[in-house]
Amino acid sequence: MAFSEARDPSGVVVVTVEGQLIVANRQELKQRLQDALDRGDRKFVLDFTPTAYIDSSGLGALVSVSRKVREAGGDLRLAGLNEDLRALFELTKLDTLFTIAATPAEALAGF
Amino acid sequence: MLSAVRVAPEPPDDRERYRVVLPTDVSQVGELVDVVVDCCFGRTEASSRARFRLCTVVAEAVANAMLYGNENDPSRRVTVEIELHDDRVVISVSDEGEGFDPQALPDPTAPDAIELTTGRGLYMIHSLADHVAFNDRGNTIWITLSRC
Repeated sequence: MAFSEARDPSGVVVVTVEGQLIVANRQELKQRLQDALDRGDRKFVLDFTPTAYIDSSGLGALVSVSRKVREAGGDLRLAGLNEDLRALFELTKLDTLFTIAATPAEALAGF
Repeated sequence: MLSAVRVAPEPPDDRERYRVVLPTDVSQVGELVDVVVDCCFGRTEASSRARFRLCTVVAEAVANAMLYGNENDPSRRVTVEIELHDDRVVISVSDEGEGFDPQALPDPTAPDAIELTTGRGLYMIHSLADHVAFNDRGNTIWITLSRC
């Protein structure tokens, strides 16, 4: 399973991305976020702690879900990016588009 | 199940070479990456940075070949070749499409491009690889990565 989902006691939905976020599974992530928005959820943390790599399709999916959450009046944060993934966000300038926390706990504390 | 087939060495350097041929099916990209990583690093020590760079550029190049080169046509194939050197690996990815002009792509980091959902792939490959080259037609890419 590429994704696991949990709900923080304060109602924040935490989606953990296992392994990789690439062309093969990016649609599943988008669908999970859409389903959560349809349920009325508005606060999200995407936990990349166990994520090894992300391709451009995965980055595109993150841009897409970020926009959908924002348009719904919600808040989406990224957490747990390792050094290499953090550098990837910086070189693509996507670190300017997302709120990125070092850990899921830090992301949750920021809501 | 995908596997890399060892290709007969060619003079003058007799490098160790492997080839994987797969159909245009994005669900196989992850498995393909695992096969390439196993070929390149096997049981040898490799830094997490080296593994990250290899995984990312291979996933990217193969996805591009499938989606754009082969236009997501399941009847078209993607061929991945791996050439092992002592200090580097050279990965080539070929599709069966008409090719494209790799010079004619906009900057995905421009302010008016940041919120686009596509257009970052080649930029990422260029940024992570040590060297990138294309054939004249534009349907084969060669990516060189150091092994450390």
